[in-house]
Amino acid sequence: MNDDRWTLITPDLFGDALAETLQMLGVALVLGSLLGIVIGAVLALTRPGGVLENRPLSLVLATMVNIVRSLPFIILLVAILPFTRLLVGTSIGVWAAIVPLTVMIAPYIGRLVENSLLEVPSGVIEAARAMGASPMQIFWRFLLPEARGSLILAVTIASVGLLDATAMAGTVGAGGIGDLALSYGYQRYDGFAMILTVVTLILLVQGLQLIGTRLARRYRRR
Amino acid sequence: MVQLTAPSEGRILFEGVSKSFQRGAAATAALRDVRLEIAPGTIFGVIGYSGAGKSTLIRMVNGLEKPTSGRVIVDGIDIAALRGARLREAQKRTGMIFQQFNLLETVRVRDNVAMPLRLDGVGASAARARADEVLDFVGLGAKADSYPGELSGGQKQRVGIARALARNPKILLADEATSALDPTTTAQIIELLRNVNREYGTTILVVTHEMDVIKDLAREVAVMADGAVVEQGPVLDTFLRPQTSIARDFVTTVVPQGLPDRVVAHLGGEGLWRLLMVDDEVTQPLISDLITRIGVGVNMLHADMTEIQDHTVGQMIVKVTGPGDRVAAARAFLAERVVHLEEVAA
Repeated sequence: MNDDRWTLITPDLFGDALAETLQMLGVALVLGSLLGIVIGAVLALTRPGGVLENRPLSLVLATMVNIVRSLPFIILLVAILPFTRLLVGTSIGVWAAIVPLTVMIAPYIGRLVENSLLEVPSGVIEAARAMGASPMQIFWRFLLPEARGSLILAVTIASVGLLDATAMAGTVGAGGIGDLALSYGYQRYDGFAMILTVVTLILLVQGLQLIGTRLARRYRRR
Repeated sequence: MVQLTAPSEGRILFEGVSKSFQRGAAATAALRDVRLEIAPGTIFGVIGYSGAGKSTLIRMVNGLEKPTSGRVIVDGIDIAALRGARLREAQKRTGMIFQQFNLLETVRVRDNVAMPLRLDGVGASAARARADEVLDFVGLGAKADSYPGELSGGQKQRVGIARALARNPKILLADEATSALDPTTTAQIIELLRNVNREYGTTILVVTHEMDVIKDLAREVAVMADGAVVEQGPVLDTFLRPQTSIARDFVTTVVPQGLPDRVVAHLGGEGLWRLLMVDDEVTQPLISDLITRIGVGVNMLHADMTEIQDHTVGQMIVKVTGPGDRVAAARAFLAERVVHLEEVAA
């Protein structure tokens, strides 16, 4: 291609990429957080000494979480393509990326959630048990509110990791900011594209962290 | 069984309760054959050093711990035999307060206190109304909208007490409830617990390692050592005549006993006595009577007075000198006028 424009990036191109990234980030984060909270709750509640102690369940889930987390995202992405196709009917585009992104981030959030829940002082759980709270009440009315601030920080950390992974979504044709950086900034030596995408990614991470920290501070009373 | 008049609920019975923890191959006994009867409406103290098993004991009353053998009977129900939903129902009849208060930090004081009722399915506004009522009782009505993090330790424990009282339980369990508080705040919390007992006839079981708490709060005391109850009785009796060395050590923390060894070695032998007096006995002219009526010399070495369970308890250590028969006469004279007389030995 012989193009003498100083950059190949157009506002449309950039706008589409940003929308794709935000869509992947947003949907995968919401789905991953919901799944992750369930995974984290089950891990924290069923572990030895937990209020719903269940060794087999705890062991099986922990192993599954560890298996998924052992795979680099780019490998997970291609490895579960048949599953992705089954779920969303396609193996290319934004939705084809959202499936592996969710599969990748849910166990990660699960582990963070587990840690947040375990940080709640054992005395609080003891008080809950002493007043006859059921395991579900202990989770909803004691653990979850007390862990709220730290859960928000956990999701914030996960969202940055997720943004990182969206850069690889170009592999399945999902586009996004990361893909822009690779296909224009890197492969076509477009310096402006590279700078623009890098700055955008930095601003996105800063924004995510700022929101997360603010929210966590609001919900954390110590 | 003696039927007490006023409160009929809130009886706790430990029937041969033992508990051992399995650690690897070795089993450690936390409780050994504990037998106690705690009458409705009383304030019962359990004292012991850490590791004596007192915390394990109190946690059995609301089923947080299960005995390895024996029964824990609360108002006719064997708590140790209950599981699941039936255990939770039983737990709701007992309130508990803790050393570290264990409040929800992210929830306002009012909602902390309302929590037990919310668990029972009581609506938010009714539960909050009851919470405000109990908060007023513990003197914290003005702090209902605060978060626990904004309160002092003593205030947090008041919230803990309010939360424990929200369901109007017949039994209140206090697990080292004042151990994290300073002496002034401790005294206020003790006063509040006495109020609870007086107003509602609540049975209060107090576990502590502080004899001051027993002195000011409990009516009966059990002394625990190494998982067993080694001594038990009315608090005043334990203060006047501790039977075991552990009980004596605890009494000494409140009523200092004995003299410096050097003084005992110097004055020791016949006539060096420790006298304990209760109530009216403390106002008798004992010393002048000894001198003028018995005709002995009296050297006063130590005297103090303290308040135990609405009784004045006085202590004197004297050295009585004179001919042998006069010293014996002095001993006979004193024995009739003080509740307890013992020789002080090195």
